[in-house]
Amino acid sequence: MVNSTIDMPSARTSGRSERTAWQRLSASRNWLGFWYMMPAALILILFLAYPLFLGVWLSFTDTKIGRGGEFIGFENYEWLWDDGVFWVSVFNTLLYTIVASIAKFVIGLYLALLLNRHLPFKAMIRAIVLIPFIVPTVLSAIAFWWIYDSQFSIISWSLRQLGWISGNINFLGDPWNARWSTIFANVWRGVPFIAITLLAGLQTVSPSLYEAATLDGATPWQRFRHITYPLLTPIIAVVMTFSVLFTFTDFQLIWALTRGGPVNATHLMATLSYQRAIIAGQLGEGAAISTAMIPFLLAAIGIAWYGLQTRKWQQGGSND
Amino acid sequence: MTSIDAGTTSSGGNRAATQDHSEGMAYLETLPKRVVTTYIPLFLIIVVLLFPFYWMALTAVKPDDQLIDMDRVNPFWTWTPTFKHFYKLLFESEYPRWLWNTMFIATCATFISLVASVLAAYAIVRLRFKGGNVVGALIFLAYLVPPSILFIPLATVIYKVGLFDTPLALILVYPTILIPFSTWLLMGYFKTIPYELEECALIDGASRSQILIKIILPLAIPGLISAFIFSFTLCWNEFIYALTFLSSTQNKTVPVAIVNEFVDGDIYRWGSLMAGALAGSLPLVILYAFFVEHYVSAMTGAVKE
Repeated sequence: MVNSTIDMPSARTSGRSERTAWQRLSASRNWLGFWYMMPAALILILFLAYPLFLGVWLSFTDTKIGRGGEFIGFENYEWLWDDGVFWVSVFNTLLYTIVASIAKFVIGLYLALLLNRHLPFKAMIRAIVLIPFIVPTVLSAIAFWWIYDSQFSIISWSLRQLGWISGNINFLGDPWNARWSTIFANVWRGVPFIAITLLAGLQTVSPSLYEAATLDGATPWQRFRHITYPLLTPIIAVVMTFSVLFTFTDFQLIWALTRGGPVNATHLMATLSYQRAIIAGQLGEGAAISTAMIPFLLAAIGIAWYGLQTRKWQQGGSND
Repeated sequence: MTSIDAGTTSSGGNRAATQDHSEGMAYLETLPKRVVTTYIPLFLIIVVLLFPFYWMALTAVKPDDQLIDMDRVNPFWTWTPTFKHFYKLLFESEYPRWLWNTMFIATCATFISLVASVLAAYAIVRLRFKGGNVVGALIFLAYLVPPSILFIPLATVIYKVGLFDTPLALILVYPTILIPFSTWLLMGYFKTIPYELEECALIDGASRSQILIKIILPLAIPGLISAFIFSFTLCWNEFIYALTFLSSTQNKTVPVAIVNEFVDGDIYRWGSLMAGALAGSLPLVILYAFFVEHYVSAMTGAVKE
């Protein structure tokens, strides 16, 4: 930036040196790189990096909608510390993330192993499996809302016809039922992504390894444990990091299904921060809740990173 | 490398090769055993995965009285489908308007992010400017920042610059989700294009922008399609920003409008609600059906890199 304004006028005095200076500049990788990065950098700095810091700052103020705030130190956090609903939301978020992630991983890996076998119509089956991931979450959540209806739930109806239950199940009206129901919907939505990405990893594993192991008398479990799992670890680490991050910060599924109800029992940290900041107008307090999510996110990324590094080290060396 | 591999599996020869590949030791298993260990579990999982859509579609065409009467009619099928709910949706609500909003916002945001990502990815991979690797790592980190922790401060920013309740707010904000992903994906594609092509063009006197437009982009078309499809789907799916930044009914996107405008106390609302959800999903599913391979390669490519 600065260079150009200084170079250009001085170079203009003689035609020849102007050309060379301009040519040198347009051939300069750093100069070009700067301009090529500009659009992406502008958007990311303005609408991602800046809000990230602004959010942390807001959490230390008492800003409300329509009124600028003043710095009040840790008051928002002290307030949250004594707030039972906040702790319920932390508990829910952890439960939701841990249970859903483990379930998604187990079912996703199982589905990937199934899809990796020799199947007729393999491409079509794979395409069908991915559909829950394509359809907007809110719209499939609406379908689940109807499936979970307290009176006309098809699940209740089927179980009643089978004679397993006598009354309707109140899926979203009871705190624990609502938690398990939302977790199920999240798993349903997340499994295809994990299955298809792990399948892509599985397809890179050479079948000759399995053949050799089978000849040596390895059982299916041993083949999985000592061939599939180690070779798949890097991709598992990446996929699960993404899965954990997105589950932890999930908003739309809960919002469409329960809006945090019944009586705040299914609030995640993200939905609670929306409730407090946008609906109740307490921007500062909402920002404090979302800032409180950051340490958890960093921990998740750290664990994944550590896992990848350890695996690399065990497998010997820096080969990627 | 990896993303190109995934991208080319759509070609016939390659697919045949992978199929031979995966047959592996399958012949060792007898048919009954294969049915029990493979086909039955797979079938069950697919039924569970697809059931909500079946239920959505069925509810959308069921007459109202059958929706709440589960004793006289079998709820799993209907012999008297009706298009009343779709009619109501298209002609008696603002649904077409919401659909248009969603499409418009998704297209613009995707286009902006593709342009920005192509330039950024080319700069990082090929210009190798000073600090390029750091910038690449920062962009990857940006991918890990979730919208749920940004929407509150972003709402204040949007409000301050006067974009509140305008489509432009979403068009400018969505690229923050899309650029990191698309840049990372395109970097993978650009890396596979041989340097020699570029060197030849440079010697022939082509400028960097000419090289990018006339040589790199045509070769990276599969990558561009992948990035486009995936970004478009992400925009369509986005909820929290749209919910926070838009307030007037006619400006809303489909997901937000369905959740906010259709949900009243009416016991018969389910038909039109499901019709709305179905109509909001179909465009994406159709798009996806045409570009499955690109979509999968976008998904797996971005993860593998």
